[in-house]
Amino acid sequence: MAITAVAFYTLATITIVSAFLVIAARNPVHSVLFLILTFFTTAGLFVLMGAEFLAMLLVVVYVGAVAVLFLFVVMMLDIDFAELKRGFLSYLPLGGLIGVILVAQFLLVGSAWVSPENAARSPAEFGEGGTAEALGRILYTEYVLVFQLSGMVLFTAMIGAIVLTLRQREGVKRQNVATQVGRRRTEAVVLKDVKPGEGI
Amino acid sequence: MVGYDFVPFVEWGTGVEWTLMKVGQILAIVVMLLLTLAYILLFDRKVWAAVQMRKGPNVVGPFGTLQSFADFFKFVLKEIVIPAGANKTVFLLAPLLTFTLAFAAWAVVPIAPGWVISDLNVGILYLFAISSLGVYGIIMGGWASNSKYPFLGSLRSAAQMVSYEVSIGLVIITVLLVVGSMNLGAIVDAQSGGLHTWHAFKFLNVTEPATVAVGVVLFVMFVVFFVSALAETNRPPFDLPEAESELVAGYQVEYSSTPYLLFMIGEYLNIVLMCALITLLFLGGWHLPWGAVNDPWLGFLVFYVKLWLVFFVFAMVKAIVPRFRYDQLMRIGWKIFLPTSLVAVVLVAAYVVFGRGAA
Repeated sequence: MAITAVAFYTLATITIVSAFLVIAARNPVHSVLFLILTFFTTAGLFVLMGAEFLAMLLVVVYVGAVAVLFLFVVMMLDIDFAELKRGFLSYLPLGGLIGVILVAQFLLVGSAWVSPENAARSPAEFGEGGTAEALGRILYTEYVLVFQLSGMVLFTAMIGAIVLTLRQREGVKRQNVATQVGRRRTEAVVLKDVKPGEGI
Repeated sequence: MVGYDFVPFVEWGTGVEWTLMKVGQILAIVVMLLLTLAYILLFDRKVWAAVQMRKGPNVVGPFGTLQSFADFFKFVLKEIVIPAGANKTVFLLAPLLTFTLAFAAWAVVPIAPGWVISDLNVGILYLFAISSLGVYGIIMGGWASNSKYPFLGSLRSAAQMVSYEVSIGLVIITVLLVVGSMNLGAIVDAQSGGLHTWHAFKFLNVTEPATVAVGVVLFVMFVVFFVSALAETNRPPFDLPEAESELVAGYQVEYSSTPYLLFMIGEYLNIVLMCALITLLFLGGWHLPWGAVNDPWLGFLVFYVKLWLVFFVFAMVKAIVPRFRYDQLMRIGWKIFLPTSLVAVVLVAAYVVFGRGAA
């Protein structure tokens, strides 16, 4: 168990420090990189708890897809650091309010805290196939309606994003692969008899 | 999943003996991979040369067999140049990240019956997760160089890798559905009954019509996976990030000596990983076309030969197929591969639910 303890404390420390650095770092790109590190170490904590499927999903979805696009956007923006610092005081009341709400939520969750020895379920409880199968069985039986509903919400969001970004522009030369491939030599090539000194 | 009892995610052993054994296994795999890499690089260049009727590297050592080692020393002994205004930490972190992740993926790859460092239940998902992280090395390297060409190159490359990951994920799902397990060992053992049980050639099993139907779908998925693997690893004909004849070298422009070497090792290791993955998922892993293999040494040999054969096809594609244009690349990824693999997932799922019960 010594190895798991060392692993836990290492991962937990890195998670907390990098989560702090997300808001403390001066460079926004560094912030995103620290956010990614936070996701990654959180996945490591999931692994220690035996929730391997969740850990992998966290890495695949958040680190592998969402954070990449996030990084894209932050890197492309031309960020003025002085501009970034300017609005600090005017945003302080709203930010403070959100902070208070967050702390209150954490306290509510914290009151229901169970010590790790009691909370951790051994992976063997989930039977053969591990947490992936157990999760699937629960999602597609008990919570199938909620699951389908969240799928619909995501689908709607996707359509919304496409509608927002789709612009029909006039006069754009669009490539049609079928017509390109379907071209024959007879209709594509014209032979001209060029006389010397005249040109076409 | 006969013979695959539940394995906890990580089996934490105790004692010095266990630790030493794991360290030994890791060292053995790393040494094997680096040696494989040295010769696969040479092989790549030799195949390319042979197609163009050249001789390829033939000066260092007999038939150029020591060329990769000479290159290695050249890279290591050169000076590391860090561009002015570069973000030094991220600049040096990027190649390290690519290199480390490329090796980390091999932790779950079984290379012979029972020969695997960590026999994960979600092995294939772990591989997918690690390979989806590979894009960070590229994007960080491009950004930290503080130069426009690497930055644009890295954006191009990242967009390409993110796009093709989608179809790779869906193809993997079809295989998972057929096997019913995410354990790589179990996936290989599902293909132990000879050529007609290999996922790429399941359609040869003419005795069962339902299996033939799903076999055809799986063969299409095999092709999709192969092409996506080419795009995912930035291999020609999809090497737009570093198309050396048209563009500067993409995200690697500012890199030199050892950091560049790390990038290159990471890149080629990912190619070898994709070859291994194709072997494991579709070509029966360590099983022979005419039956199962249980001996680890023979199994390793079979697996290794298959790996090299798949890489040979990679090398031939590089030599003979002209490069795609960027919009064509995106079109294939999003408009052809994604719908095809999505339909395949539905078809295979229908087979697993309805077809298998009837047969």
